[in-house]
Amino acid sequence: MNGPLKRVSVACLLMFGLLMANVTYLGTVKAEDLRTDSRNVRAFYARYNIDRGWITADDGKTTLAKTVDTGDTTFRFAREYPLGKAFAHIVGFFAPESSSGIERAEGRYLDGSHPDLVVRRAVDLVSGKPAKGASVDLTLNTKAQEIAYKDLASTGKRGAVVALNPKTGAILTMTSAPSYDPNPLALANKEKVNKAYNKLDKDPDKPLLDRAIDLTYAPGSTFKTVTSAAFLSDDTSRDENTEVDAPDSLPLPGTTISLPNYHGESCGGRATMVEALTVSCNTPFAKIGMDLGYDKMKEQAQKFGVGVPLEIPLGVASSSIGPDEGKAALAQTSIGQRSNQMTPLQMAMVAAGIANQGTVMKPYLVNKIMGPDGTEIDGTRPEELSEAVSPEVAGELTKMMINVVQHGTGTAAQLPGMTVAGKTGTAETSPGKPSHAWFIAFAPVEDPKVAVAVFVESGSAGNDATGGAVAAPIAHDVMQAVLGQ
Amino acid sequence: MSAADVTPVPMTAKRRGAQLGMLAFAVLIVMGAYASVGLGLKDKVPSGMLVYGLGLGGVMLAAYLVLAKFAPWADPLLLPLVTLVNGIGLVMIYRLEEGGIKDASAANQLMWTALGVVMFSATLIALRDHRALQRFTYTAGFVGVVLLVLPVLPVVGSEHYGARIWMNLGPFSLQPGEFAKLALVVFFAGYLVAKRDVLALAGRRLLLIDLPRARDLGPVLITWGVSIAVLVAEKDLGTSLLLFGAFIAMLYIATQRTSWVLIGVLLFVGGALLAGQVFSHVEARFTGWLHADDPKIYDAGTSYQLMQGLFSIGSGGILGSGLGRGHPGLTPFSFSDFIFDATGEELGLTGLMAILMVYALIVQRGLRTSLASRDPFSKLLAGGLSFILAWQVFIIVGGVTRLIPLTGLVTPFMSAGGSALLANWMLIALLVRMSDAARRPPPQAIQDEGLTQVMQR
Repeated sequence: MNGPLKRVSVACLLMFGLLMANVTYLGTVKAEDLRTDSRNVRAFYARYNIDRGWITADDGKTTLAKTVDTGDTTFRFAREYPLGKAFAHIVGFFAPESSSGIERAEGRYLDGSHPDLVVRRAVDLVSGKPAKGASVDLTLNTKAQEIAYKDLASTGKRGAVVALNPKTGAILTMTSAPSYDPNPLALANKEKVNKAYNKLDKDPDKPLLDRAIDLTYAPGSTFKTVTSAAFLSDDTSRDENTEVDAPDSLPLPGTTISLPNYHGESCGGRATMVEALTVSCNTPFAKIGMDLGYDKMKEQAQKFGVGVPLEIPLGVASSSIGPDEGKAALAQTSIGQRSNQMTPLQMAMVAAGIANQGTVMKPYLVNKIMGPDGTEIDGTRPEELSEAVSPEVAGELTKMMINVVQHGTGTAAQLPGMTVAGKTGTAETSPGKPSHAWFIAFAPVEDPKVAVAVFVESGSAGNDATGGAVAAPIAHDVMQAVLGQ
Repeated sequence: MSAADVTPVPMTAKRRGAQLGMLAFAVLIVMGAYASVGLGLKDKVPSGMLVYGLGLGGVMLAAYLVLAKFAPWADPLLLPLVTLVNGIGLVMIYRLEEGGIKDASAANQLMWTALGVVMFSATLIALRDHRALQRFTYTAGFVGVVLLVLPVLPVVGSEHYGARIWMNLGPFSLQPGEFAKLALVVFFAGYLVAKRDVLALAGRRLLLIDLPRARDLGPVLITWGVSIAVLVAEKDLGTSLLLFGAFIAMLYIATQRTSWVLIGVLLFVGGALLAGQVFSHVEARFTGWLHADDPKIYDAGTSYQLMQGLFSIGSGGILGSGLGRGHPGLTPFSFSDFIFDATGEELGLTGLMAILMVYALIVQRGLRTSLASRDPFSKLLAGGLSFILAWQVFIIVGGVTRLIPLTGLVTPFMSAGGSALLANWMLIALLVRMSDAARRPPPQAIQDEGLTQVMQR
């Protein structure tokens, strides 16, 4: 019987061989597929087994996102956002299957998977402790941020406020309204989170969008600062007192229509640059744009950062003055209409560039990254983005913008004991619809510490909303908060 | 008498010391695993470690003492190897229980392990010569069939999870099929030893294979019928496949005729195909295997459990998450049918290979015993028991790793469940008993009788 017994033994050996080969296949070749299969919830659990780093502001003094150890074995660490709505778009949320905002952009630091944290991670792995991430400190001034959000949201306005430190590019305020509470989106429950998310996603007011950087809008008269910059830079002999044509109505070449001033007002046929900007005449700037031509206008806009891809580290929608569509179109582009589309951040950069003697700094949100043990791993060094105008031209522009706040459309932005420079904007959207209200400003003029852009969306602040009446007061409050008054 | 019988058989070493050492090592590994579970789950050594560890150690020491006394020549590897897989199973059940799986109970499993060792000892003590079993060939056959049929009967039988393989016994429910497995292997061995000459020699040659006579097909057809009946009445594909496979293997060992294997395979495949057509649950098993990854099949729940098991193994990767650090409880029945996958998640490919190696070694020791045995009944019984163990591991592990269609069976010594533990410990007792007989040196001549041959009258 030994013959067949030996053959049966070989059969047994074969069976174990097959089992081992199959298990090896599953544990090596197929393991990655199985691990990452969407139906395998372990990846979902693993998200909550990391002591995620915190997100702070004001040099670590204010907590924007924190991790709470619940002691639960399945979902150990919960994520909370104590300051909620005002910071939602920047901080983002850590959802079961995705993340947004800084939670996403700095995710590898926060969850500890960044190469800079590799040593720390190895120590955690060996000691069996849950991985601990680095914390991210933001440049935000939380007081100004909360005031900006309150100014927008408390009266049901839709819009955005961006405040920059003109000398460094640090983003002091960036808020968008309407906003949302990120806490329900950070629960460890896919079903609840999806429900909450879908509800927000379907909201016609689009609260999930960050109006400061995700969308672009016609900048209206605030863009006249860029047109002025191009005009003054084109010939060094020009200054704020250079006289330009300011007809009551400017015929647009190639069309049968002509461009009027706002509400059909007159600017007296001729006006100095400062006069034209102070009352925000349309015709002089439209004519300047047409005379300079598309290329010069585009080049000047580009020098302020228009069309330059930005990561702050959140992605920023690309601003653009639109395509070259002839003189008539260029006239409208030069006063911030037609296909001229800017993000509120871009307009803040324009104000900041003028404030910083013509140099635009690269905007950034992350102040520094702190390792799990409290040591600084990385800090952002301010970087120049471009030189928009010469210091002389910046000086002329500043003088013109001071006049706007002192005697013109932007008086609501005046701050006591301080010189403020600014420019209003009231952008027509489509015929019969209310305008967008804009205001850009910086202060104090002698030593600029804050540059701000306020945008209030069409229809959310009454039918006759103008930049001076609606946007300038918000800029006033934000600047005041930043300057500590 | 051939010359081979005259050469003295070399003395086999008892190696009791080595066995005790290996046993202690197995218990130590298990205790280490307990500590690891506690550290993984709660960052501290569990208070139950000593209770479980010493409990297992004590029980195994008792088994060792019984073995040393009643089967001193037995194979030294069997007991430590079985202790190791039994212990790892115990640890996994403990881990799943601590992880919140309500149906997993480590205390119960330890109790059943202890009872299993009692059965092991009782078998060794009561059965001094396993050849006595040959006298009970037909009794064993009868008992086996009765045990198989019990769950189908009203009142005593009960159906759980879609299979009618349980028998109510007061507070417990038993799976008589596990014991039927043993009784039927004893019956097959006894029957085949008696009939093997007829089965092996009679018949005619057709197309290169020797076909048996039609009337000798009887036993094969009866066994096939019983297997199919089990499949139909109890919806237990696993046991059906297990018994029929074991019978065919033993028939082959006894007769050395490949034709039996072919006939058996054809009969089973035919029966399975027929069952697949007629019974939806058999068809579902097949679809769930072939298209396990298909979202439709998965969402319908047909392959949900299998895929969850595979996710478990895949997430474990090569080294595993570490005991207490994975999520093996996500797979339904992770403590019984799917304990192999659960172990794979936490101990990784490395752990699974080690476990398969241990099983392979147990089977190898059994087959070795079979080869070393001196009489046909012992050879057939040891071969049959070893094969059925290997076959069972193949069916269940192959099933939960998607090598073959999934059929519910117990992973020997690892899965939670009393009946299987008792029956498998008895199986090991039989192998130990036979290895003792096989390795025991034959009686030596008392004195050298020189060249003078004493002729008997």
